[in-house]
Amino acid sequence: MFISIFGSIEAGIFYAIMALGVYLSFRVLDFPDLTVDGSFVTGAAIAAMLIVSGYNPLIATVIAILAGFLAGCITGLLHTKGKINPLLSGILMMIALYSINLRIMGRSNIPLLSQETIMTKISQLSERIGFDQVMSSLFTSLGFTHLPRTFGIVIFAAVVTLLIKFLADYLLKTEVGLALRATGDNKKMIRSFSANTDNLTIFGLGISNAFVALSGALIAQYGGFADIGMGIGMIIIGLASVIIGEALFGTKTIAITTLAVIGGAIIYRIVVTLALRVEFLETGDLKLITAVIVITALVAPKIIDNFKEKQRRKRKRTEQMKVAG
Amino acid sequence: MLTLKDVSITFNEGTLDEKKALQRTNLMLNSGDFLTVIGSNGAGKSTLMNITSGSLLPDVGNVYIENKDVTFIPEYKRSHYIGRVFQDPMAGTAPNMTIEENLAIAYSRNKRRTLRFGVNKKRKQMFKEYLETLHLGLENRLTAKVGLLSGGERQALSLLMATFTEPNILLLDEHTAALDPSRAEMITNLTGDIVKKYELTTIMVTHNMQQALDLGNRLIMMDKGQIILDVAGKEKNQLTIEKLLNEFQRIRGTDMVNDRALLG
Repeated sequence: MFISIFGSIEAGIFYAIMALGVYLSFRVLDFPDLTVDGSFVTGAAIAAMLIVSGYNPLIATVIAILAGFLAGCITGLLHTKGKINPLLSGILMMIALYSINLRIMGRSNIPLLSQETIMTKISQLSERIGFDQVMSSLFTSLGFTHLPRTFGIVIFAAVVTLLIKFLADYLLKTEVGLALRATGDNKKMIRSFSANTDNLTIFGLGISNAFVALSGALIAQYGGFADIGMGIGMIIIGLASVIIGEALFGTKTIAITTLAVIGGAIIYRIVVTLALRVEFLETGDLKLITAVIVITALVAPKIIDNFKEKQRRKRKRTEQMKVAG
Repeated sequence: MLTLKDVSITFNEGTLDEKKALQRTNLMLNSGDFLTVIGSNGAGKSTLMNITSGSLLPDVGNVYIENKDVTFIPEYKRSHYIGRVFQDPMAGTAPNMTIEENLAIAYSRNKRRTLRFGVNKKRKQMFKEYLETLHLGLENRLTAKVGLLSGGERQALSLLMATFTEPNILLLDEHTAALDPSRAEMITNLTGDIVKKYELTTIMVTHNMQQALDLGNRLIMMDKGQIILDVAGKEKNQLTIEKLLNEFQRIRGTDMVNDRALLG
């Protein structure tokens, strides 16, 4: 149990980078960008391909990020210059990327198990400096018997994801970032303050998909393979993370919202892990579970609000009745 | 300062809905001029504004700002020179962003946007001082989301945002029309003060004749895509609503005759 929860937290933190990308497109730019399903795989495919070809896994990951940025920019171009509706631009890019990803990989699955990746480097480092031993003895003394292989990866995941979070927080507060947010909030207004909304949309989608590709590249190295189907439903997972996070942790400021999105991504993973432990559910039910989680996250807050509002009105009415005697 | 030269634009050309929104319109504004524009619906007032701002491009004719031909310069680039306030109080501000963030966006209108923070201590102080001039207490709500403000407050903020960077031209498109009478009066007074303070070259479209008379040093009346009356200076000061109505009636009268002639 502890191992599988631990694993879902680990994976959740890596997926959180993808969720931050979805937050940028979906919330900040108000652009439902389906490119994500493709660009996630592009990140994984490029990283896996370059690692297998003997490149440094760090360089492979950086190139994956650049490829994601490019993919996002093309979706932005389709929408702004080609005047194609946002959903359709994303879908077109998504299916185009499916073929491109196959071309990059040359086959539908690349295993990385015997390769040197960022994850193997990190776990070696974590063992060498004695971090794993310290953590293991700590958890053993707390009474846990089954322990994960390494504690280095979860720390690495947290550091990378927080770096991306702070980068996003910073970016959204700069002059360019304010214009980017206004592009999603009120296009007419920001145009009258001399901002090129086309370029901002293209740039924003680029950054968003760069995050998504980074997440894909890290997940491939974490999971030990890149697969052509690993991006299916990724946009929904991203959305689920954003919605769950926002509902649970609030959206008071940008910094809180981005942290909420990370929290949402981790909670989503945990919920899925727990759901899959239920007797009658199988791995194949994953997408159905995801859909149910998203629907619940979307509908539940409204039902709760409605209920609270009804209670409030009821209370007011009884109060008034009492006053009237 | 601003010149429109022989500007024409036709919508839906060649169809039954064809509409000549502007017909060989000429307009020249001097620096510091405050022009008010009146006319019935469909007279071409908004088209005049949109051609000036660049959200519409004319079929023929040219637009010059500071003797520079800007006819084909896109809207977002042209807004380096132009401040705008729209009729809809929701249109001029970003509702999900804070007051200080909105002001920071406006502050970047005539500058290059960089990767420096949009809101910093120095700017906060500056924004506060500007907000104080509105006398709405907004200076104490810098971090409130603009969507929480009332229509009047939002329009006052829009006006401030459009003007405090002192644009070469200020366009006001019926910017008080969606407000209740007392808020409208507040914005009207504010407009007069701000335009005077920064000596802005201004075009204001309005349906309110009293407002058109009270504000500005020049007035034009438009009808069917043409400027049919143009008064300035002393002559404008002596105008009354009655005189304007008579003028309106006189011109309308001729229109009626024309219509009848067409039907006949």
